[in-house]
Amino acid sequence: MSPTIQHFTTTKGVKITRDAANDPVSSPIFSPLPVNTGLFINNEFVAAKDGKTLDTVNPSNGKVIAKVSEAGPEDVDLAVHAAEKAYNDVWSKTSGKTRSRLMHKLADILESHAEELAQIETLDNGKGISFSRGFDVAELIQCFRYYAGWADKIHGKVIDTEGAFSFTRHEPIGVCGAIIPWNFPLLMLAWKIAPALATGNTVVLKTSELTPLSGLKFASLVAEAGFPPGVINIITGYGPRAGDALARHSKVGKIAFTGSTNVGRLVMKAAAESNLKKVTLELGGKSPNIIFDDADLDEAVKWAHHGIFFNHGQTCCAGSRVYVQEGVYDEFLKRFSKISRDTKIGDPFDEGNFQGPQVSETQYNRIMSYIEHGIKEGAKVATGGKRHGTEGYFIEPTVFTDVKEDMKIMQEEIFGPVVAVAKFKTLEEVIEKAHLTEYGLAAAVFTQNVTKALEVSALLKAGTVWVNCVNQLDYNTPFGGYRQSGFGRENGKYALDNYTQIKTVKVNLTRSTRST
Amino acid sequence: MSPPADLQTITLPSGKQIQVHTHLFINNEFVPGTSGKTFETINPTNGKPIIAVQEATEADVDKAVAVATECFEKVWKKVAAAERGKLIFKLADLIERDAESLAILEALDNGKSYKIALEGDIVDSVGCYRYFAGWADKIHGKTIETTNDKLCYTRHEPVGVVGAIIPWNYPIMMSAWKLAPALACGNCIVLKTSEYTPLSALKFAELVKEAGFPPGVVNILSGYGSPTGAYLASHPGVSKLAFTGSTLTGRKILESSAKSNLKKIQLELGGKSANIVCADADLDEAVKWTTAGIFNNHGQSCNAGSRIYVHESLAHEFIERFKKEALAIKVGDPFHEETFQGPQISQVQFDKILGYIESGKKEGARVVTGGARWGTVGYFVQPTVFADCKDEMKIMQEEIFGPVVSIATFKTVEEAIERANGTSYGLAGGVFTKDLSTAIRVSNELKAGTVWVNCFDLFDQQSGFGKELGEYALHEYTQVKSVKIKIDP
Repeated sequence: MSPTIQHFTTTKGVKITRDAANDPVSSPIFSPLPVNTGLFINNEFVAAKDGKTLDTVNPSNGKVIAKVSEAGPEDVDLAVHAAEKAYNDVWSKTSGKTRSRLMHKLADILESHAEELAQIETLDNGKGISFSRGFDVAELIQCFRYYAGWADKIHGKVIDTEGAFSFTRHEPIGVCGAIIPWNFPLLMLAWKIAPALATGNTVVLKTSELTPLSGLKFASLVAEAGFPPGVINIITGYGPRAGDALARHSKVGKIAFTGSTNVGRLVMKAAAESNLKKVTLELGGKSPNIIFDDADLDEAVKWAHHGIFFNHGQTCCAGSRVYVQEGVYDEFLKRFSKISRDTKIGDPFDEGNFQGPQVSETQYNRIMSYIEHGIKEGAKVATGGKRHGTEGYFIEPTVFTDVKEDMKIMQEEIFGPVVAVAKFKTLEEVIEKAHLTEYGLAAAVFTQNVTKALEVSALLKAGTVWVNCVNQLDYNTPFGGYRQSGFGRENGKYALDNYTQIKTVKVNLTRSTRST
Repeated sequence: MSPPADLQTITLPSGKQIQVHTHLFINNEFVPGTSGKTFETINPTNGKPIIAVQEATEADVDKAVAVATECFEKVWKKVAAAERGKLIFKLADLIERDAESLAILEALDNGKSYKIALEGDIVDSVGCYRYFAGWADKIHGKTIETTNDKLCYTRHEPVGVVGAIIPWNYPIMMSAWKLAPALACGNCIVLKTSEYTPLSALKFAELVKEAGFPPGVVNILSGYGSPTGAYLASHPGVSKLAFTGSTLTGRKILESSAKSNLKKIQLELGGKSANIVCADADLDEAVKWTTAGIFNNHGQSCNAGSRIYVHESLAHEFIERFKKEALAIKVGDPFHEETFQGPQISQVQFDKILGYIESGKKEGARVVTGGARWGTVGYFVQPTVFADCKDEMKIMQEEIFGPVVSIATFKTVEEAIERANGTSYGLAGGVFTKDLSTAIRVSNELKAGTVWVNCFDLFDQQSGFGKELGEYALHEYTQVKSVKIKIDP
């Protein structure tokens, strides 16, 4: 079957079969969206070797959007070899300046297709269209432009030594593998591919089986930017099949993974069992949001809401535990419950909605089961706790109170619009409680006192500490985890370290005989 | 009487007519100078005036600095770094789009080959803007561990208003080397072009506005070193002055900073760069690079390889091949496809160069080829090669800034290094050898800002040229503020 044949069901329930080459996908509101559904290898879309496909579902209504090719180990092998050949024959000989130009060109092309990319993201993931446009796609473009600027600025050092002229080269690794999740498909793709390309590597990226479409749309623009075949390869597939094959491939020099802590362990294991490829992991979190008595309460409430309900709670750094100092607890809870209750939830294509559906039935069930567990363990539901609507995977913004630190809902990552609010007395107490999970991805502190802000940020074991805000990410400040939230840092100059290896060269300057 | 219009028409040698700006560019507008004075820019191929442009005097400098200051404090300081980068990228795209118009003006006003201006100067400038655009959102300070009761960090802030005075030898490129890093670091600029080559910068000014820079970020003034340049250099509203030009003027600039507001000064001055051709050099390569090293841009490069030390075993053969290359150089009309060397920039320079040639002859150097004017019209000088030179000769000590090279021989590499280091200059140098240790040893020991090994005149935006270009340039256009926050126990 041609990889460009697609089957769609629009939100109106109309079933459509079409050949994307001639007749692109319809989105519910706007003009048709073209999407190729094959595996993108060597600048071409090809079917999987064994012909397998998988369905990607619209989480707003549970209906299938399209069938896309599903990569197996053979396809991963093909992609890796394409990447290796491209690296050896072409890319390793391409100057940083040229890499920069190509990346800029790609950013420009992405920008001219921004609306299509945003719509596809919203259709496949369920996130609000205003967010897809204003955050996901905007950041995708910004990230490529930022790293395009680094491509010709990868510096080694000259180091003074005796008797030899010593210098370092920051070389590319070669073929880099990347496995990305479904919560920010385009953003995660950018965070991995952009620094890898800037530092001179070729890439094989596996998208999530839940959200393959925006990656495929991205792939269709790569050749137009002028990238040689094999430099960027994008495959759709399942973790246990394609993901595992990529993580243990002997020709992949590095694997970058973002996803759950459990799967992170498997990736690391696969690397250990194969060729000891370099690994970076960006995993889960159970980030504490600490609100002191002297916080600006309205600001704290607003940010706490954003901290958990942004992206429907499907954010690794979500502020899913809120600790409020007793002096302001009651007032905070009152305002926070109201703002949570008032969250606009519904069709993600409606610009007025803040919250859309969770990404899949599996996630939906998982989150609902955490909610049930919370109730069973004795926590109180201040607001929410139920499904929203009757179609799709929508869950009401849910606030738990009267929680204990050892409850499942306080220890485990729920990855949904579910937050637990707890009370504290002293700074020492809350710092201790903040560290009672295995995670350490992020944390936030709300206070007007400069000293307290700095002191607390120094004490928290977290990769990012927000002061008087939450979820503020920039493409140029590093992001990553302490403890079991992972290792390695993405974004900023720091990401370059993930994709380079250092060679020291020492040239002997002494000689036993001299010529005139 | 009202001043002449900004846009005026000039007729090119081909007969084609183009429009040029002649006013000053202040606050994104073309405005006449306050004094009403104008000056003519001359076509060096025939000594005839091309057009008269407005001359900026002290009052115009005051105006430009004032708008740049206002813009910096109220607008430019608040523009996000990535946005600055985006504007610089747009500017680069526009320069690329209008490359031909800019190259025409460059060739007309400076006398360099149109083809070289298009494929060299403009391409380099575009690359320079793109390179520095990428730095705009990557200007990092540090956090520095001191004691546990403090948070200490540095900010790399813009200096504010930067003054720039550029020469006539690479008008567009010299302005790029200054503007690109200055803009990337968040500064506003007042740039004075050379009175010999005002035209291309005024076309460029048009592109600054089109790119979307807020008014006042970039201001371009045509004028003389004295009084305009001197006034800019001593202006209390300018925090930093970047100058490229002669050593003599450089001294004056440094002095004027001392006498005024102690503004930071960056000087890129003259040179008498030496190429050392070792006994084991690849002879053809050495000849190729060393001829380019002196004859590029008609010898009008601060880093020109104007002295060559050849190992005595190679000298005869080297000079023979060098002569052949020099004789093959096509001198003539900058708009002719095959021209490599156009006229020198002005009568003054022309006279100076011929003066040095006479001095060389008088002091006993041997003229291998050239040694006189080329043609009868304009400021053309024959590619000139002197041999049997001695280090004390004027032509071996002083910067000629023309297509004149002085060749001497040496016995040992140590001797060559010592002699190469024997002038007051230290801009660049070159060494030709197949031996790795020799290459590294010599480049370590030459007292020069750039050392080329088995090549010459190869520039990259990335690797720096002294303190210009590369990441190092960022230091020139930022100032470091340390912030120390006390954390109460």
